[in-house]
Amino acid sequence: MKLNSPEALEEYRTSLPPRGGGAPVRIRVCAGTGCLAGGSQAVYDAFVVEAERHGLKDGVDFAAGTTGCHGFCENGPIVQIDPENIFYQHVTPDDVPEIFAKTIVGGEPVQRLLYRDAATKQRCRSEEEIPFYAHQQRIVLQRTGHIDPTDINDYIREGGYAGLAKALVMEPKAVVGEVMASGLRGRGGGGFPTGTKWESARIVEAEKKYVVANGDEGDPGAFMNRSLMEGDPHSVIEGMIIGAWAVGATSGHIYVREEYPLAVSNLRRAIEEAQRLGLLGTDILGSGFSFDVEITRGGGAFVCGESTALMASIEGMPGVPRVKYIRSTEKGLWDAPAVLNNVETWADIPRIILNGANWYAGIGTENNSGTKVFSLVGKVKNSGLVEVPLGTPLRTIIFDIGGGVMNNRAFKAVQSGGPSGGCLPESKLDTQVDFDHLKEAGAMMGSGGLIVMDDHTCMVNVAQYFIDFLVGECCGKCTPCREGLHAMQVLLHGLTSGKARAGDVALLKEIAEYVRDTALCGLGQTAANPVLSTMEFFPEEYEEHEKEGFCRAGVCSGLYAVAIDPATCTGCGMCARVCPADAITGEKKQVHLIDPDACITCGSCVDACRFNAILIERRENDD
Amino acid sequence: MRSVAAYLSVPESRVYSVATFYKALSLVPLGTYVIKICDGTACHIRGSPEVLKAFEKELAIANGETTEDGMFTLQTVNCLGACALAPVVTINDRVFGKVKVKDVPGIIQEVLEDETE
Repeated sequence: MKLNSPEALEEYRTSLPPRGGGAPVRIRVCAGTGCLAGGSQAVYDAFVVEAERHGLKDGVDFAAGTTGCHGFCENGPIVQIDPENIFYQHVTPDDVPEIFAKTIVGGEPVQRLLYRDAATKQRCRSEEEIPFYAHQQRIVLQRTGHIDPTDINDYIREGGYAGLAKALVMEPKAVVGEVMASGLRGRGGGGFPTGTKWESARIVEAEKKYVVANGDEGDPGAFMNRSLMEGDPHSVIEGMIIGAWAVGATSGHIYVREEYPLAVSNLRRAIEEAQRLGLLGTDILGSGFSFDVEITRGGGAFVCGESTALMASIEGMPGVPRVKYIRSTEKGLWDAPAVLNNVETWADIPRIILNGANWYAGIGTENNSGTKVFSLVGKVKNSGLVEVPLGTPLRTIIFDIGGGVMNNRAFKAVQSGGPSGGCLPESKLDTQVDFDHLKEAGAMMGSGGLIVMDDHTCMVNVAQYFIDFLVGECCGKCTPCREGLHAMQVLLHGLTSGKARAGDVALLKEIAEYVRDTALCGLGQTAANPVLSTMEFFPEEYEEHEKEGFCRAGVCSGLYAVAIDPATCTGCGMCARVCPADAITGEKKQVHLIDPDACITCGSCVDACRFNAILIERRENDD
Repeated sequence: MRSVAAYLSVPESRVYSVATFYKALSLVPLGTYVIKICDGTACHIRGSPEVLKAFEKELAIANGETTEDGMFTLQTVNCLGACALAPVVTINDRVFGKVKVKDVPGIIQEVLEDETE
């Protein structure tokens, strides 16, 4: 069936049966990658089996479905039960019979599966009561975790494609104007005003134009785009159709990272369903406008997240960036004008059109309107996806939403912006998270990865990690990036292995500054940031590595010694259990001892100890 | 590569350039089980380098290599996006979360036992 007018879409929407056939209870099992890895498919299957045992029918007495990511990945697998929105965490198939008997049949929550607020010691019944969610404002992620991403009707029920219907009766110029007025800036990290980009493509006369969605989320530690493509694929597609109408494009490409098979399959299905309803293809909603989308899978190359490299990759070439004398909006894909936006940017569009530019501009702060999704990971208690208005302080995100640092260790830094970003220390925790303030503080927004680091994270090692990463991902086209990164890598490995020579840190800084000032593309110019920002905020760690061969974080193997603090050791035995060298001995509830000769300084015990009883010490002078 | 070049009517060097640029393409056959150790930032600071070392030691191969019997290939990947389960290891379709150095021999054992079943 093709919907041939905006009215037909509205009729179709109202004619849809209620979700789950109107069953009184709805079970939502999270099937995002994080929860699936934790076994959520088995949980879903257990619900189906248990229902049969109770003689209940799916679609009549209850409705069970899988959804996209709920965002609170730390506590997965997550199951939510409507209408009361009861939130269960760490659900295993063994818990299902109890959930069925108590909640589905009895209407009572299973206390032990509810989230327990560490501050108040209270169990939280629903999502709204959990601090992790309570401090968020979910716009892009509003539907993710609620709808079934493999069913277009579920999206349409929630108001899907209404933004498109509205846009198609507007002049393209007015659509661009609306996006411009909303103040939306590119969510991929660059922060370029989306409306301005669209306008420059709109005014170009060309036979063919393209819109492209960047779903090549390459920053390590970031998965917000993946969750969006998996959990609400239609929002990206709807945004792209609106953008295509606005700039006059007839074809679209979604470039998805190779490592995201579920995102590809959900997007593919979404495209087919949209085509079936006439929301993609020829004469969309009877407007005379034709547009279609295809998916291009990445090949596992970080640099392909760079816009010109991404377009080269779609063309079937190695993903190597080019110099941007000519903007992609004039000559991008196959020499035709192309508008490339991040998938999150596209997903913002339908609501901006539907609710109006003023609504969107009213969220966030001046010049930084709207919300942004972050993936909050690392040494933080509540790993997961967080969506907040721009301008929210880092402290709120890490402590109120994230619950603070794991194992109650001391906060050391937060890394934002991926390999091109920087590490901010405690003194910068009150920085507002937006494009401008983060840059001012010495980091950058990037695509939205926030990686929390504790005192057992070595900043030299972190810098080395990013440089290793970038050496592997450097395309090799320009010399500063290719050679400069390699030289930095050699110096950093010297520092972390205790083989540094005097002056290495100064030399490292000099090379880093050269790379920053002379590389060809955005990735190269920012490649030195991990080194420069850690040097700026944590100079003492560099100095200790160079001059004393000491790693105060207890990370760099061989550059520290460990000992157990008799005053704080509770004798729980955790350290002895995780020690791969069996170097730790001690009776239960007695202070444990580390044999320094057997210790391989792997750091496992430092991570495992929940009482901060493992002390990092300087090695005794053995040379 | 020659046949791809002929099919597309492009020089072999262009095919080689693409084949060696993308990580998803490999010029050597991979093992039956491809062990991917996530070395995303979150996994890295939660201890993935030590997990990699343990796999290298257990299988007596280095990162990127395949065991002689063609059973295991060891790789690191940039990020699997399951950061809450860091450090993460995948072996074909199976996911192992919060992996500790000490778990490594058991994980390989488990895969080998399923293989013989």
